[in-house]
Amino acid sequence: MKFVDEFRDTEKATILTKAIHKIAKNLEPKLTKPLQIMEFCGGHTHTIFRYGIEQMLPDNIEMVHGPGCPVCVLPMGRVDDCVSLAENPDVIFTTFGDAMRVPGSKKSLLQAKADGADIRMTYSPMDALNLARKNPNKEVIFFGLGFETTMPSSAFTVLQAEREGITNFSLFCNHITTVPTIKAVLDSPDMQLDGFLAPGHVAMVIGERPFDFIALDYHKSIVITGFEPLDILQSLWMVLQQIEQDRSVVENQYKRIVQPNGNTPALEAISQVFEIREFFEWRGLGSIDHSGVRMKEAYANFDAEKKFAVPNLKIADPKSCQCGEVVKGVIKPWDCKIFGSKCNPEFPMGALMVSSEGACAAYFNNGYHEKKRA
Amino acid sequence: MCLGIPGQIIAITDAERLLAKVDISGVKREVNIACIVSDEHSVEQCIGDWVLVHVGFAMSRIDEDEAARTLQVLEELGEVQEELDAMLQGVR
Repeated sequence: MKFVDEFRDTEKATILTKAIHKIAKNLEPKLTKPLQIMEFCGGHTHTIFRYGIEQMLPDNIEMVHGPGCPVCVLPMGRVDDCVSLAENPDVIFTTFGDAMRVPGSKKSLLQAKADGADIRMTYSPMDALNLARKNPNKEVIFFGLGFETTMPSSAFTVLQAEREGITNFSLFCNHITTVPTIKAVLDSPDMQLDGFLAPGHVAMVIGERPFDFIALDYHKSIVITGFEPLDILQSLWMVLQQIEQDRSVVENQYKRIVQPNGNTPALEAISQVFEIREFFEWRGLGSIDHSGVRMKEAYANFDAEKKFAVPNLKIADPKSCQCGEVVKGVIKPWDCKIFGSKCNPEFPMGALMVSSEGACAAYFNNGYHEKKRA
Repeated sequence: MCLGIPGQIIAITDAERLLAKVDISGVKREVNIACIVSDEHSVEQCIGDWVLVHVGFAMSRIDEDEAARTLQVLEELGEVQEELDAMLQGVR
């Protein structure tokens, strides 16, 4: 496939791996601990595990798998809200497939569907809008989740519904924002990160500048990164070069997609429909200020939170979970007391075991549960 | 969740609603093109564009020159490595 195969070339991967090893060797005398580089985005985590990128890296470079998996960080209370909305007999509840298995305090959406709720998986919010056109006697709710990458699609769909005067469509808005979340990770006292791979598709929407504070205020090296294996390796090489040269700037490895100023129509649609929430609850990370958006009052007719009674109960994370420490790179997944035992992909207790993009599930699925016993 | 897939726009299906048909490795589907239309790039001009498709939206045009430049950097890195390796062997 064009623009994909070229970025999976093994020869170039070998070249980059060599270059990474060379810098790591030069840096070794200065290091008191391994360098920790966080890939924020679950999509990057996926590529790193799929292509065994950690195995290609020298021992003094550790990848820390960040909290950028929207399905993983969804709090149980929000899943309960979804189930409650979906169990309304007049409602067709639509969602991306990834969200179906996320456990709520009582059940997941998959279990609610098995119990008779009309829940349908859609590829696009536009498909949900089509369902609303075809089922005028039903209320169609789309479960909007994800970072800025997915936010424009929800916003454009609401704007389209408004233009066409479709009154039986609404959005259950659970979109989250990247920058406050990275800031929360950076502000944590036990944080030890040395550099970042920034999420390429978030940057595609918001541009390069929102990441400046990471370099300017926190003096961390950061490279906006694409999603193929060569993208990840090249960005790691770029981060290491910055560290070697004692620089911290925002660099863009993913120029084929990311424009410095982001995507103007997408940003306009977002600011038309959404506004920042004072705070948003995350599974594993607690409450983070300004880390989510809600719909503006002007779009109340398309806001599932206003149209329906949403219980909005806060359900605490299980006490035994150490997801927060894993996400900050303080401990490795297999150091968690319940990793692989009480918490596993089939019965996830913590956020990071929920989706294959979560660090714990990724390690578990790649045989690392053996590591704990070793 | 945040992944995208490259495809090429082959036809405009609904200019008013900004919908187009995209070919993704032979699979054809309708996508929304609101993110890639501007005063400088009209709806009609989108035909033939390579785009990144995410949840039914063409989110961004793919810049072919930048893709080539990224790969070129890696070619050059390989050439430098070869030369350094040869140099080191010369010293031995």
